[in-house]
Parts: sequence; structure tokens; C-alpha cells
Amino acid sequence: MQKKMAYSFPDEVLEHVFSFIQSDKDRNAVSMVCKSWYEIERWCRRKIFIGNCYAVSPRIMIRRFPEIRSVELKGKPHFADFNLVPEGWGGYILPWIVEMAGAYPWLEEIRLKRMVVTDESLELIAKSFKNFKVLVLSFCEGFSTDGLAAIAASCKNLKELDLRESEVDDLSGHWLSHFPETYTSLVSLNISCLGSDEVSFSALERLVGRCPNLRTLQLNRAVPLDKIATILRRAPQLVEFGTGTYAAELRPDVFSNLAGAFSSCKELRSLSGFWDVVPAYLPAIYSVCSRISSLNLSYATIQSHDLIKLVCHCPSLQRLLVLDYIEDSGLEALASSCKDLQELRVFPSDPFGAEPNVSLTEQGLVAVSLGCPKLQSVLYFCHQMTNSALVNIAQNRPNLTRFRLCIIAPRKPDYVTLEPLDVGFGAIVQHCKDLRRLSLSGLLTDRVFEYIGTYAKKLEMLSVAFAGDSDLGLHHVLSGCESLRKLEIRDCSFGDKALLANAAKLETMRSLWMSSCSVSFGACKLLGQKMPRLNVEVIDERGPPDSRPESCPVEKLYIYRSVAGPRFDMPPFVWTMDDEDSALRLS
Amino acid sequence: MEGSVAYENDLNLKATELRLGLPGTDEREEQSVSNVRNKKRPLQDADEEFGANGKSDAQNETATPAKAQIVGWPPIRSYRKNNFQPKKSESDGPGIYVKVSMDGAPYLRKIDLKVYTGYAELLQALENMFKFTIGEYSEREGYKGSDYAPTYEDKDGDWMLVGDVPWDMFVTSCKRLRIMKGSEARGLGCGV
Repeated sequence: MQKKMAYSFPDEVLEHVFSFIQSDKDRNAVSMVCKSWYEIERWCRRKIFIGNCYAVSPRIMIRRFPEIRSVELKGKPHFADFNLVPEGWGGYILPWIVEMAGAYPWLEEIRLKRMVVTDESLELIAKSFKNFKVLVLSFCEGFSTDGLAAIAASCKNLKELDLRESEVDDLSGHWLSHFPETYTSLVSLNISCLGSDEVSFSALERLVGRCPNLRTLQLNRAVPLDKIATILRRAPQLVEFGTGTYAAELRPDVFSNLAGAFSSCKELRSLSGFWDVVPAYLPAIYSVCSRISSLNLSYATIQSHDLIKLVCHCPSLQRLLVLDYIEDSGLEALASSCKDLQELRVFPSDPFGAEPNVSLTEQGLVAVSLGCPKLQSVLYFCHQMTNSALVNIAQNRPNLTRFRLCIIAPRKPDYVTLEPLDVGFGAIVQHCKDLRRLSLSGLLTDRVFEYIGTYAKKLEMLSVAFAGDSDLGLHHVLSGCESLRKLEIRDCSFGDKALLANAAKLETMRSLWMSSCSVSFGACKLLGQKMPRLNVEVIDERGPPDSRPESCPVEKLYIYRSVAGPRFDMPPFVWTMDDEDSALRLS
Repeated sequence: MEGSVAYENDLNLKATELRLGLPGTDEREEQSVSNVRNKKRPLQDADEEFGANGKSDAQNETATPAKAQIVGWPPIRSYRKNNFQPKKSESDGPGIYVKVSMDGAPYLRKIDLKVYTGYAELLQALENMFKFTIGEYSEREGYKGSDYAPTYEDKDGDWMLVGDVPWDMFVTSCKRLRIMKGSEARGLGCGV
């Protein structure tokens, strides 16, 4: 009798239960329980995240999940951010849009990261999805304001348009005017990446004025300071606001108008923008500072004393992005004022200068690790570090989940003892048991990788540059880091042995990037042959790899697991090591 | 190709396989080898200089002399690099030099507008330069309380009173300055 009950449990009930399961991991687990759960789950999955657009094809996705409403895709490898991936490598969204236009007429959300998006793609989105609501383009490129105009004109239910740091071609400043006068559903608009003169201010003003649900507005640098008050008075309900240029000649009437406008924004929790800051205008935001939880001052070229004054007004701060102008003294002030701080990112103001231009050292980071008990996420650019500072940080903050340290000069040792920083980073992975992301820098031997392989069991992403001595280093990581999903390596003397010995590991990861290392073409071919479910891509701008000896190291290597097989949209400098023809693709 | 024969006899670098560039890049190898040869360094020194990971260092050696910039290092997104102009103590790029004349003074002076952050600084500098006092500025009445009024010729060729437009606009539109004196100066203040 009881067995029969299990079989006759209605699908609708299961679907209803599944609707409470939102996370991808849980959904995937649910789908593996049994065949009927797999079937029910795939019909009711609404949201999909694809971390590597080449791991699966649009057809495969559509075949399995026919009712998707929200798609998130990532394209180029992370190191593309630092110009290590040549132009034209790939990551095109158009083929996906074409397929989804037919299969998902009710698609509502598209979120893309590091993909090439053309105006044609944007126009197709505008035309194909009648209920389109959310478009987020992070670090994308290839489109212009014409494409944005198409979205504005056609997407009547658009709620979110977020162009996070994408590269947009400036063709016309009037794309914003393409939002019809009847359009009122905007909730979130981020145009901070647009170059100057790309936005018609009067159109923006009218748009803001007629969208009562607007919660996020991030302006671009071209919007002058004296326009901020006008905007804020039309949208006092804003929760996140990004200014444009925060500079103007100091005038009391402008200042008081601005301060008044800010003070009427009772819901404001996040501020960003602040290009070209004139410090005298900073007090205009003091009235909202006590509620501010996120502050992005990473473009604000203001000195430590002004930063300290500002930061001391923000006791609720959880997230701070700032330039190294804050200096150690500013970080000490931060540590004593902002006890809720969870995330800190310190960027270099003069990354290519021969000498440090500010007094920001390892001490600042130690102070924050000591004073901020909730600190979880760190990105820190600095010029010097010691093992003892790293050990301190690790002991102070075992709850760190993301730790990215960039000592600007490659291979720099502990400046006091002149030893490698193996022990320091070893302490980080040993104490911070939930560490998910780690970026290394400074002088490092194979020993640091032994520590990482031994202790970093929850580590998902590791970035390595100018480190290690031999293949043993790479072997430690590949054999020890059980949760590893993404590994990116540049300028390390890792070669063939570790890679080939741990080939199976690569299928458990999303991707591996290695550039300026010592992996030979022969090893790449072998890997491509042995592992049919991996795409082994050789990127080499010197010409076909088979025009050089097999022992010759390849320039760059990108390996990722895929159920879609090798891709066919590769540029001339990328070769997939196929299992069929161990040579190269046909040109 | 005679060069390589000479190599064989002199330093015999090829035989010891000291590679300063990637294997297969023979031109570069010859060039960097010849650099070493010209400096007449023994093998050990050359090895130390280029280090264990000679590859990337050597490639940069041929590029720039002093601080060689490595591609993609430090890891900062180009968006951030392009959008951020750091403050430098000396002005970035050429200054904005304009001639300054004062009624009654025998010769002109020249100043760099970029050096000043606003009108207050500029007027103070002019006062010091020509040893006079400028009156108090008001939007309605111009400069009151002195015989002098600072004026400038803008891009359209018009003579304007210094202080009427925002500083940034002034800096980009000012072609030259003239400190007017006497009745002409007073005239500008009244209901223009």
C-alpha cells in the first residue's frame, strides 16, 4: 500500500514543493533523486546559471529546461579582465539569443558577464521577449547606445537595466529618450560606465520622475554635481545611488541644496560614483551616512584625512571600496568606527609607479582584521607584506571567505625577513577553514601550494601569478583542493607532469587557465586525446602550434569541461585539441 | 648567419642551451645572446641576471629599459585604469598659460591656470603679481571696493568679468586676462 502512495503522488504537488527550492545546487540535487523527479524538476525550473557559456549549448539547455524565465551566462575567462585573453577569443551571446528567441518567448531575465553583446543581440532581445524585465551586462562589450535604444523602446515591462563596467560605443546621447512617456516600471538603472555626453539629462530627469519604483540609480561621470539635487528630489525613495562627477566650485547655495536633497532620502543605503571629488562637498552626504551600508569610493581621489572624516560618519558600513589614499591611518580609523564591516577592497592609486606614493602597508590590513569581527572578504593592493602580518590576519579573522592579496611587485619576499610568503599564506588557509577564494602574490615556493592542498578544502577559486618552483606545486593544488572549481595561473614554471597526472581532476572543475607557463604542445594534445569531455584550447598568437616542436610551451592554455564538444567560433589564434584528429582543427 | 659561427667559438652559448627567450624564437635568441656577448659577461652572471623564470623577464628586457611593465599586472581592470585620474603634485600634461595685462603696467605677465584650484587662489596670485587689491565680488555688482576689475577674453572674443562662470568653464574658455582700471572697470560693474 505505502509503495503505491509514493507512485501516485501528484506531480503538481511535487512541483509546488520544488518551487520553494531556489538554489541551483539544490535544484540539481533534486533532479538526481529519481527519473520522475528529474522530469518534474526540469519542467518547473525557471532560473538557470551557466558559469561557462561553452560548457553547454543553447540547444542542450532548451531541450532539458523548456520553461526557463531567467538565464545567467558567463563568457570569457577571468584573466580577460587584465588583457590576457586576446581580442576576438569568443563569448558571443547572439547564438544563445537566437535559440532562446524561439524557445523561450516568455523569457524575463538575462544576466551576462564577460560576453560579447552586439546591437543585433540587443535588438533581438527587444523584439523577441514580450515580458522582458531584467538586463544585466557585467564587463561586456561589443554594443552601442543604438542597442540600448532598442531595449528602451520595446521593453515595456523592463525593470532593470544594469551596464556594470561594460564597454559601450557612444553613438548618440538620446537613447534614454526612447523610453516612451508611458513607461514607468523602472526599478534599477546603472549607466555609470557610459562615457561623457552619452546621456540626455533632461530625458533622464523625466524618466526618474515618472518611475515611482526606482530604487537603484547609478549615473555616469558626465552628470554634473549640481544636477544631483534635482534627481534626488524626484526620487527620494532611492536605496542605491551613484553620483556622477562630484566636483564643482564650492558655492553655498549649491551645497545646501545638495545636502537638503540627500537628507530627504531616508531609504538610501548605498553610495557610489564620486569621480573627481571636491572634499568640501562631502559633508553634503553626512545626513545619510549613519544608514549607509555600502560605499564605493574607488574613484574618489581624496586624501586620507578626508576619507577618515567620511568613514567615521558611517558606523553601519558593511562594504567599502576605496583607493589606497586611505592609508594605514585611515584603515585604523575604519577598524574602530565600522564594526559591521564585511567587505573591504583597497585599490592602488598609482599601480605603475616605481615607488609607493602613499603610506599604505600591511599594517592597515592587520588593523582592519583585528577591529572588524565580521570581515569576510578582502581585496588588497599594497607594496609590502610580511609573514607575521599574514599570520596575524589569519588568526584574527578565521571567518574570512575571500582573500585576495596583490603585492604590486612580482615575487616580492617578506620585506623584513626576506623569506618567501609561504608561511603567511599557509596560515591563511589553515585558519580560514571556509575560505572559498584566494589570490596569491609575492615570493612563493612550492611550499605554499603544499599548504593550500593540505588545508584549503573549501577553496573554489585560486589565482596564482609568478609563484612556485616546479610541477609539485601544481600537483599539490590539483590533488588536494577538493572543492576547486576555477584555477587561473600565469607566469609560473608549471609544466606537463602535474597536469597530465591530474587530468581527471580537470573534469570536476569549471576551468583551468595557464598562461606563460611551461606546458608543452605535446602535453596539450595528449590531454585533448585522453579527455574527450574537456575542451583543451591552446591560445597562441605566434602561429599554429604544430609549426613548432612538440616540446615547445604554448603561450596560453584554457581547459574547461563541456558537454557541448569543441566550439566552432574560434578565432585563428585558438586551437582545440581534439580527441579525433590529434592535429588541429581544419582552417 | 656568420654571427652564429662566431658564437660557437666564443661563448658557446648554444651548446650550453642558455635560453633567454622561448624555444623556437631564434631571432630573439640571437639578439639577446648578442646583447650578453657585447657586454662580455661570463655565463654565470647572465644566468643570475635573468633568473630561473628567464622567459618573461627576457621578453620585457628587450621592450623597455627601466621598470618593465608586465602585461596584465598588477591585475587591475582596464575600465578602472581608464576611468581614474590620480592626483599628481605637478600638473598632468601641458599647463594652460594665458597672458595677463594690467592697465598702466609696462609689460605683460603669463600664468598657468592649471596651477590654481579656484577663483580665490587666482585673484590672490594676481594681487601678488601686480601689487594691487581687487575688490569684493558679487554676482550683481561685480568687483566693488577697488579701482580694478579682473576681466578675461573668452573663446568667442568677448570680454567677461572674472568670476561669473564656474571655475572649470572659465579655465577652458579663458584666452587671456586683463586687469581693467578706472572708469572702464567701474562701468562693467553696473547693470551689464
